Amino acid sequence: MKFSIKITLKKDVLDPQGKVVQQTLQDMGLDTLKSLRQGKYIEIEIDENSESIAKSKIEDMCKKLLVNLIIEDYEISKI
Amino acid sequence: MNSSVIVFPGSNCDRDVADALEKLHFQNTMVWHKDTSLPKSDLIVIPGGFSYGDYLRTGAIAAKSNILNEVIKAAKDGCLILGICNGFQILTETGLLKGALLRNKKLKFLGKDIYVKTMDTDNKFCNKYKKDQVLKFNIAHNEGNYFTSPNHLKELEDKNLISFKYCDENGNINEKNNPNGSLNNIAGIYNDKKNILGMMPHPERMVDQIISNNDGINLFTSLLN
Repeated sequence: MKFSIKITLKKDVLDPQGKVVQQTLQDMGLDTLKSLRQGKYIEIEIDENSESIAKSKIEDMCKKLLVNLIIEDYEISKI
Repeated sequence: MNSSVIVFPGSNCDRDVADALEKLHFQNTMVWHKDTSLPKSDLIVIPGGFSYGDYLRTGAIAAKSNILNEVIKAAKDGCLILGICNGFQILTETGLLKGALLRNKKLKFLGKDIYVKTMDTDNKFCNKYKKDQVLKFNIAHNEGNYFTSPNHLKELEDKNLISFKYCDENGNINEKNNPNGSLNNIAGIYNDKKNILGMMPHPERMVDQIISNNDGINLFTSLLN
């Protein structure tokens, strides 16, 4: 079973990289661009038969290592 | 006093801090990250560098290493812990210190001498400094932008848990003298019990007048007090 994890900085955490990318795109003439936030994407393959067990294990991985909950949010999806 | 310096793959300030400790008469042992026990230590230093290549997040992988389990146990028993630069990042990733170190606001790696103001001296690490004393330290980091929740920031200020704030050479603390965008110009913090100090500047680089200055000496000799 394969899952993806999308990790983004929380809304109130400054994202200087995203800001620079946004600014560059706007400078390139993409003037309808309103906002841009940069994040991380992780793909995981897990050897489980039950989707709910797999999901809860990935949830655990996120909380224990993959995500810093002070500054980041995450979203798990099956792929 | 017995000290231990933890060494990770990618640590690069471990020898510097060991030299500083030995020069100031600590009995020091280097401890490899895979070890599962610590020698008898009154002080544990987590040095600067790029542990595990800064993969995932700075300090995140080191925080899960074998030896860090022992450091966490020792910290809870009241052992003195000093985390410098990457060491500070590792301490926040373990949860021993609250908050996180984000990428520098201007996205540049900063390697330069800066000034900090000593905010609190009523603790084991800074009792040889004077309150509000301005010190010249060196910084070398890409992720030193301290971030925490508004409630915790208030707690840090109210309980005097901020060790150093970035300032100019006259001690003025303002946005202009904030190199990396840290909240309230924070350069270092203590835990509630003040047995753990995490700081981005490198005191171990300032223990020799001939090659730099000696503003860092009192941080180590305070511990011997």
